Amino acid sequence: MFLLTPFEIEAIKLSLKVSTLALLGCLPLGLLVAWILARYDFYGKSLFSCIIHLPLVLPPVVIGYLLLVLFGKQGVIGNWLWENFEITFAFNWKGAAVAAGIMALPLMVRSIRLSLEQVNVGLEQAARTLGASPKWVFMTVTLPLILPGILTGTILAFARSLGEFGATITFVSNIPGETQTLPLALYSLTQAPDGDTGATRLVVISILIALAALITSETLSRRISNRLK
Amino acid sequence: MPKNPLINIDIQRKKGNFNFSAQIQTNGGLTAFFGRSGSGKTSLINMIAGLDTPDEGMIIIDDQVLFDSKHKINIAPEQRKIGYIFQDGRLFPHLNVRSNLLYARRFLSVPLKHEKFVAIVDLLGLEQMLDRRPTTLSGGEQQRVAIGRALLADPRLLLMDEPLASLDSARKAEVLPFIENLRDQLKTPILYVSHAIDEVIRLADTMVLLDKGNTIAQGEVEDLMSRLDLRPFTGRYEAGAILSVNITAHDSKYGLTELSFTGHKLLIPHINFPIGSHLRMRILARDVSLSKLKPTKTSILNVFDAVITEISHDSVSQCEVILDIGTPLIARITYKSVIDLDLKVGSKVFAQVKAAAIDRRTLGLGSTRISSII
Repeated sequence: MFLLTPFEIEAIKLSLKVSTLALLGCLPLGLLVAWILARYDFYGKSLFSCIIHLPLVLPPVVIGYLLLVLFGKQGVIGNWLWENFEITFAFNWKGAAVAAGIMALPLMVRSIRLSLEQVNVGLEQAARTLGASPKWVFMTVTLPLILPGILTGTILAFARSLGEFGATITFVSNIPGETQTLPLALYSLTQAPDGDTGATRLVVISILIALAALITSETLSRRISNRLK
Repeated sequence: MPKNPLINIDIQRKKGNFNFSAQIQTNGGLTAFFGRSGSGKTSLINMIAGLDTPDEGMIIIDDQVLFDSKHKINIAPEQRKIGYIFQDGRLFPHLNVRSNLLYARRFLSVPLKHEKFVAIVDLLGLEQMLDRRPTTLSGGEQQRVAIGRALLADPRLLLMDEPLASLDSARKAEVLPFIENLRDQLKTPILYVSHAIDEVIRLADTMVLLDKGNTIAQGEVEDLMSRLDLRPFTGRYEAGAILSVNITAHDSKYGLTELSFTGHKLLIPHINFPIGSHLRMRILARDVSLSKLKPTKTSILNVFDAVITEISHDSVSQCEVILDIGTPLIARITYKSVIDLDLKVGSKVFAQVKAAAIDRRTLGLGSTRISSII
């Protein structure tokens, strides 16, 4: 039987907690950014798009370091947050979620933006002539039509969050029970002299979680696209 | 009782170097906006629907101001209560036909009665497809659903943007009778955009001619179609006069149908409409010939006394002659004949119309409004 050790359970729980928080932030933000990029033209749009997509192309360590500089207790934003709200992201799991969220955001944005650009604006106009306010149009026409894109984006972002390593370890370090997510725990084990068995077990667990996420998304998106056909 | 026109539009708009300017007053029934592509027809109805905004002017429908640049009024499309049937249907792909039809229900101020739903489903013949997805429907079926969906939003005006343009001729023939039913059975006025003159003649009571973003003329279809000065705008279509007629008799021995209009009788090959039906038809100018003497012993069955009201010498060899036989009739004859017969405005002539010359494509049941004038 494949029984989980307390160490593994802790890493899995922490990973899921971090990824879920990252997704909760990513989803509304990603939707908003995708909407802006798909529907508006403004001065500096390319630059805005570049900044959003930077985490895709930059080494994660760079992002982690920037986060440390900005959000650390001495950082410009971190200091302000701490003084005013007593919130800090330094060396805790919320910081890990911020790092994972920022790394995952461009994937979410890309996927939602693509599906938004495929939505026929004519359908939204038709809904308005039928009496729907812009808010209703979004809820009853746009949102159902971009659901496959949102789903794909969510799965990609979730996977990216689960696998996040470089930015996390740079920003919030590798603290067991606080910031030591699955990949970080795996990394620690590979560095320990007798960690081979533990590492193999974490590899299997990682594969299982990833498979479960992929299968769920496949099933859901097939169901949704059947509905749209 | 005198009343303001139901639809009163006076708008200007400049987009790039395309200047758009429209002044339109029209009442109920079906009004066609006719013009070539690029004449601004779709822009015009988009502005009426509120999907597009004029630079200046006003749009008043049924005494409600929907747009007024002077008083900064611009009602949102969802509050205009104007149904819009698009060229491409635009049914919601994630909803089945029933949910498409009921889409507007939650926005209605008065709850939708089940009887009304049934009546509209019935009128448009949709009962068999209620549970189907829009993508499984034919183009014609999709347009019928789109019409039903717009009607169930309880509009005070229906806009139709070339609803038949994307359909093949068989599908067109399938949808046309439904639009005729709407026109005759519902009180909702319809603005119908088209670049197909056949549709306009068949469906419309009044028409507005648009060219390069300007309203050129508006009035009864019969009047506008027989005006020679509008020929450049009515298009490269063959000249022809529109007649509103009643079916008075069928002659089974010779296979003919007798029609009457403004005191005249007209014989055409048998058509399958009941006696008493009102029809609108087009008689092409090339099928009308003229004679100074009353023709006797002629194979042509239809001969009318006529007075020439206008002669237009529009090409080197051909002339178009407008005749008054109680209603306008157009004849296309050679310039040589005009000279040889000494035809002038005011000349009395006999106009001969071949029985076989009826342009069958434009046969349509005239609307009740037109027929009551006859």
